[in-house]
Amino acid sequence: MFHPSHFTAVLLFALFASVVFGITQRETPRRMIRYGLYCFVLFVGAAIVLSWVMFLIAR
Amino acid sequence: MANPQDKKNGAGGGFVYLPLIAGWLVPGAGHFLLRKWGRGTLLALSILGMFGIGIAMQGKVYAGAHDILDMLGLAGDLGNGLLYVVSRAAGWGADQVTITTGDYGTRFIVVAGLLNVIAAVDAHNLRTGRKV
Repeated sequence: MFHPSHFTAVLLFALFASVVFGITQRETPRRMIRYGLYCFVLFVGAAIVLSWVMFLIAR
Repeated sequence: MANPQDKKNGAGGGFVYLPLIAGWLVPGAGHFLLRKWGRGTLLALSILGMFGIGIAMQGKVYAGAHDILDMLGLAGDLGNGLLYVVSRAAGWGADQVTITTGDYGTRFIVVAGLLNVIAAVDAHNLRTGRKV
């Protein structure tokens, strides 16, 4: 059984999805790494921003 | 006439859809067939990791479709290929989601299937020379 925190789950999801996106959506290794990092930052950044938005709406 | 890219990918002859089907059945296998060892290993680790974590989080493996959301979930799960068959046969995952992480686990399993389909299509594109 594995019970990660919400943020750990976000990090794991972003990591795995970004690796696949990077490899499949770009052609050269350098561009794969750059695009993978870009996707990772967008995944995690969007989760953080949306979390704050929901927190502020709920107050 | 064989495409030069096909020769580079080491798959000049044979069934053109083999990497697509192999990649769907076993994560990364399509890339391995094309001798893309690094890409295949990373894809396999990512998809297997996501699926394994989803199972470990007591995610639900869809067995049937009772409504539209179940149908979408089942379609995503089927993307896992043989992993789905094995998980159903072995009874992995939960029948009902009772904890929060179980809900996340269900999404992990579905997304692992969708990512596997993307990887299999990528292997097909490499095989046909549409991508290098």
